[in-house]
Amino acid sequence: MSAVLEVTDIKKSFGGIHAVNGVSFDVREGEILGLIGPNGCGKSTLFNCILGQLTPSGGEVKLDGQIVTGLRPSELNKLGVSRTFQLLQVFPKLSVRENLILAGQEHQGNMASRLVGRSDAGLTGAANQMIGFFKLDHLADEPAGGLSYGQQKLLDAAMAFMGGPRLVLLDEPAGGVNPSMLADLKERLVAINREKNATFVVIEHNMEFVMSLCSRVMVMAEGKVLAMERPDEVRKNPAVIEAYLGH
Amino acid sequence: MSAFAKPLKIALGLAVIAGLILVPMNFNRYGLFILSQWAVMSIAAMGLNLTLGYAGQVSLAQGAFVGIGAYAAAIMTTHGWPLPAAILVAITLSFAVGWVLGYPALRVQHHYLAFVTLAFSTLAFLVFRNESWLTGGIYGISNIPRPHIFGIATNKPLPFYYVCLGLLAIVSLAVWWLIRSPWGRAFMALRENPLRAQSLGIDTRRYTLMAFAIGSALGGVAGALYAPLTQYIDPVPFNLSLSLDLLMMVIVGGAGFYFGPFLGAMIAVLLPEWLRFTEGYYLMLYAVAVMLLLIWSPTGILGILDRTMAARRTKAASALRAVAKSRLETVQ
Repeated sequence: MSAVLEVTDIKKSFGGIHAVNGVSFDVREGEILGLIGPNGCGKSTLFNCILGQLTPSGGEVKLDGQIVTGLRPSELNKLGVSRTFQLLQVFPKLSVRENLILAGQEHQGNMASRLVGRSDAGLTGAANQMIGFFKLDHLADEPAGGLSYGQQKLLDAAMAFMGGPRLVLLDEPAGGVNPSMLADLKERLVAINREKNATFVVIEHNMEFVMSLCSRVMVMAEGKVLAMERPDEVRKNPAVIEAYLGH
Repeated sequence: MSAFAKPLKIALGLAVIAGLILVPMNFNRYGLFILSQWAVMSIAAMGLNLTLGYAGQVSLAQGAFVGIGAYAAAIMTTHGWPLPAAILVAITLSFAVGWVLGYPALRVQHHYLAFVTLAFSTLAFLVFRNESWLTGGIYGISNIPRPHIFGIATNKPLPFYYVCLGLLAIVSLAVWWLIRSPWGRAFMALRENPLRAQSLGIDTRRYTLMAFAIGSALGGVAGALYAPLTQYIDPVPFNLSLSLDLLMMVIVGGAGFYFGPFLGAMIAVLLPEWLRFTEGYYLMLYAVAVMLLLIWSPTGILGILDRTMAARRTKAASALRAVAKSRLETVQ
């Protein structure tokens, strides 16, 4: 399998703190890669460096072999890289359906056609389909800000898929989501992974979620890669147990 | 209820439009002037509502763009150009200057952005006042002609009021189209969550600049009507207080609501006139009325309406949910 994403020696410091200190890894086409590690080990900073939200102090990011370091988040998204956020990031005053249309509209046509063309950019059907897929039907016309935390998490994930991305970086998708909804979310992620051949990188603290979802797990500690192994190997790795999992 | 809502809205809209066309036929010169001023200020406030209300970019420079449009129209029409040409120039000029003024917004936000635009407002005022070779300086430009539209002279107050109303209608339709388009959605995304917007492929830089440029262009349109309305301009009406007035119109009417600017401009232009019978107290009463309104509803007049409707919707939705739930339980 070829690598969708290749990250080479990424560094990011804030003042004297080396939040990410020379991280290299690759993500294979179609896999679900887990990313775990203690709080403050640099997982989210790494995501932000890959996605252009932060400019790395050093290193290189390649997407399908092309260097994309320094591209803006919107440009990366147009290349098929999407994300969700650790904290809720929806558009509270727009309805659920409008949130989803917004999430896909920049992938349709150009600036001119988005001004003079259809007001939904031809996405109402796709948005309704996504709403059905994530079981948000009864909430389609509600303002997103009025949804429960778990429902907003689902919407956040659904939005990440509207542009038909090849690579999705999910930052703690399971945080604050109740068990039954979590099972739903996992099922959806697996389905999109299989059917659309989308590749995922998932930051998550819920070990059960990570272990059952991911084909490989990368463990970070203090800004560096501690291990990159199969889930069952990670569980037994003494260094990982010491740094993160605990005895 | 919702089955009646749409025809009711259309009927109400048609009644308002008919009223705006028919009722002023009996107005005197002064009444028509005030109403024309309302139309002009509505256009300018609609522009600011786009920049501030929809796209969330604070601007204290809208008055300066009204000035730019007014001077462009005054200079051109006193040199024999027709008003439509002057309006096009006013739009182009304010759009271009507004685009450039948008660049600071890519770096600073909120109060800081307000200060940047405030400085621009002062700069524009100084240009209007000091560059007398172009603007006539403190003496201003007088004898600004009113246009002939399809061969009809609009010198008299009533025909010119219809010019203002017609342009207000065109601008209203254009803005309505814009905010319903994906652009409008992207503007709201800038306001609600720029970080998330970026990660969804929304080019926040381009949309921010566009929000500034289009909003400013509408300020220019308003100015290009203001000049032939008053037929005399000098720098004073375009100082910072006009920008603050326009900001107040947007906030009082309800920022981010389509009809906000119309209401806000109505209050700012008409309320002082209605309160004139109180003589010396009318400006004070006006100030108190605005303060009370904003304490009661920080989201403006339309904010009150929106909250009532939302409360009603929630009630209806929870009733529906209760029904759905009981049905589910029956099935189980």
